[in-house]
Amino acid sequence: MQFEFLLEQVVNGLVLGGYYLLIALGLSLIFSVGGIVNLAHGAFYALGAYVFVELVKHLGFGASIVISPLAVALLGILFERFILRRFYTADPILSLLVTFGLAMVAEQAIRMIWGAAPVSTEIPQSFRGSVILGDFLFSRYRLLILAVIAVVLVAVWLLLHKTSFGRVVRAGIQRPDMVAALGIRLQPYMIAIVMLGVGMAALGGAFFAPITTVHPAMGAEIMTVAFVVVVIGGLGSFWGVVISALLVGVVRGIAIHFQPAAGEASIYILMFLVLLVRPRGLLGERIEKFE
Amino acid sequence: MIRTSRRTLLRAGAAFAGASALGFPAIVRAQAEKIRIGHLTPLTGFLGVIGSYAQLGVKLAAEEINQSGGVLGKQVDLLSEDSINPATAATKAQRMLEQDGAVVLLGEISSASSLTIMQVAERNKKVFFSTGARSDALRGKNCNKYSFHCDIPNTVMVNAVGTALSQKGMVKGKKFFTLTADYIFGHDLLKAAKAFFGTHDANLIGDELIAIDVTDFSPYLLKVRQAKPDVVCCNLAGNQVTNLVKQYAEFGLPYPLVGFNLNTGDAWAAGAGNLSGTWPTVWYHTLNNPASQAFVAAFSKKYGKPPENHAWIDYITLKLLAEAINTTKSTDSNELIAYFEKQSQFDIGKARKAYFRSWDHQMVQEAYPFTVKPKDQMKDQWDMLVLGDAVPAANDPLETIYPTREQNPCEMKA
Repeated sequence: MQFEFLLEQVVNGLVLGGYYLLIALGLSLIFSVGGIVNLAHGAFYALGAYVFVELVKHLGFGASIVISPLAVALLGILFERFILRRFYTADPILSLLVTFGLAMVAEQAIRMIWGAAPVSTEIPQSFRGSVILGDFLFSRYRLLILAVIAVVLVAVWLLLHKTSFGRVVRAGIQRPDMVAALGIRLQPYMIAIVMLGVGMAALGGAFFAPITTVHPAMGAEIMTVAFVVVVIGGLGSFWGVVISALLVGVVRGIAIHFQPAAGEASIYILMFLVLLVRPRGLLGERIEKFE
Repeated sequence: MIRTSRRTLLRAGAAFAGASALGFPAIVRAQAEKIRIGHLTPLTGFLGVIGSYAQLGVKLAAEEINQSGGVLGKQVDLLSEDSINPATAATKAQRMLEQDGAVVLLGEISSASSLTIMQVAERNKKVFFSTGARSDALRGKNCNKYSFHCDIPNTVMVNAVGTALSQKGMVKGKKFFTLTADYIFGHDLLKAAKAFFGTHDANLIGDELIAIDVTDFSPYLLKVRQAKPDVVCCNLAGNQVTNLVKQYAEFGLPYPLVGFNLNTGDAWAAGAGNLSGTWPTVWYHTLNNPASQAFVAAFSKKYGKPPENHAWIDYITLKLLAEAINTTKSTDSNELIAYFEKQSQFDIGKARKAYFRSWDHQMVQEAYPFTVKPKDQMKDQWDMLVLGDAVPAANDPLETIYPTREQNPCEMKA
C-alpha cells in the first residue's frame, strides 16, 4: 500500500511539473535567445489568469482558455518592441532591473484595475471531480491540463527542431554573430520567441485560475519555482527544462509524502545538489556569449 | 564636471513621482498637530487580501470620527501601513511610537506579527489593540497589560463550529483529518481543535502542517484520500484557505470539508460553487443589526463593495477607542487601560454589547457558525453565506464560549 501511495504522489508530481514547465520553458527560451533574465515573466502568468477570469464570464471556458494566452502573446510584441529590444546587447544587470521594475508596475497595475481582493472563477462542471485510473486518483481537470501541455510541448519541440524557424533560433542561441553574418536578422525571431514564451506563461495562468487564488501578487509567487526549474534544467536545452520541471514536481510530491515539513524546501535542496555536481544544470549547454 | 541637464532632472523627478504614486499607495499620512494613531496590517503576502479590507475599514472609521468632531476636539491622524512580516511589524511599531508620536496602536491579522507588536507596546508602555489575530497564546501565556484582543480566539472558533457540527452528528466517533497552517496561529488552532476532539470523542487520524506559501495542495489531498477520514478539517489561514477550497472542489473528494478558521474574504476569493461545509466567523455583512447595517451602507457607498469581517473589526476598534479617549478625556495608557479593565460595554453592531475581559484583555462578544448558500439563491457574488444563530445562545452568558481562567494561562504583570 505504502508503495502505491508513493507512486500516486510521483504521478501527481509529474502533472504539477508539467504546469511548472509551461512557465519555465518560456523563461528559458527568452534567456537563451535574447540573453535576458525576464523577471517580469510572472506578470504575464498573472495577466493570463486575470484575462481568463474576465473572458470566461462572457465566452465560456473553451474560448477563454485559447484567447487569453493569445491576447497576452500580443502584449508580448509590445514588451519586446519597446522594452526588451533595447537591452539585448546591454549590461545584463540593466535588463534585470528593468524587468524587475516592470514586474512591480504590472502587479500594481493589476491591483489598480482589478483591485487587491482576489477574483474568482470555477472549473466547468464537466471537468470537476476526479477519476480513478488503476489505483491512482486523478483530478479530471489536471488531466485536461496535462493533455494540453503535452500538445503544446510537442508543438514547441517540432517548431524548434523541425522547422527553419527553429534552426535559426537554435543557431542564434549559440552563435548570433554567425547568424548575422549569414544575413539573417534575429529580431523578428526574438519577437516570436517572446510571444511564445509569455503566451505559454499566460496559458499556465489561465489554466490555474480556477484552482488557485487569482490575486495581484500571483506572478511573483510562481517566479521562484520557475527559476528553480530553469536553473536545474540548464540553459539552452529543451529537454533539460522538461526533465527539470517534472523532477521538481516529483521531488516535491515525494518530500511531502515522507517529510511534509521539508516539502517546500526540497526543490531548493535539489537545486543545490544539481548545481554542486553540474554547475550548468542537468543538460545545460555551454553558450559562448554567456561564459 | 558632470552636468545634469534640466531635461534629465525633470525626467528623473517625474519618474520618482510616478514610482512613489505606484509603489506606496498603502501609506496614508495626514498632517501633524492631531492625535496620531498607528495602524499596521498585512497588505502583502498570504494575508494581504484580508489586510487590505482591514485598512479600508479603519480609514472609514477615522473619517467618520473626524467628521463628527474628532477626539478631545482634535482630528485623528491615522498612520496606516503594511506590516509585511513579524520583524518589520515590530520595527514599524517602534518607529510609529517613537518617531511619529502615535499615542496608541491597532491592527494586525497575523498572530506572529501581532506578538512582536505586543512586545513593542509593552516596552513603550503604549496600548495596542490586536484586532484580527486569533491565536490563543496571544491572550494566554503571552498576554501583557498593554495589549487588547478584539477578534475571537481560536478556542472560540473551534467551539462555534464544533457545537454546530456536534448538532449534526459530525463529531462523536468520527475520524478527522486536519490541514494546519505551519506558524503560531495554526499550531495554536490545532491545539484548540485537539482539545475539542478529545472532549467530544472524535479521533484525529492525520494532520499535515502546511507552509504558508504553499499554493498547490494536490499532494496533501492525496494523503487525505489515503487516510480515508470521515471529515476533513481546515486549520489554514489567508490565501491557503482559498487555494485549498478551490482544489478540494477540483478533486471532489467525498469527505465533507469543514474548518475552524475562515474569513469572509477567503470565502469570496474561493468563489461560489467551490465552498461548502460549516465554518466560524466573527461577523458577516448580512448580520441583521441597525449599527452593522449602517456600517455596511457607509462602507459599500465609499468603496463599492461590502465590508469583510476584518474591515468591520478594525472599524469598530477605532470607534470604541475614540469613545474611550473621549470618555476618559485622555490618551494616557494607564487611564485607557483602567477604563477598559472596568469592563466598559460597547455597541459593536451585534445583538449583545461587547467588553474587554479585565484579566486577559479579550473582547467578549458573540460569534457565529455559517454554512454556504446554494449558488442559485445568492443575490450577488458577496451573498455567499448563511449565518447560523449567534453563539452562545441568548440566555447563556457570553463568556461560556471563551477559555476560562483555568484554561487560559494569562498572568498580567502590573
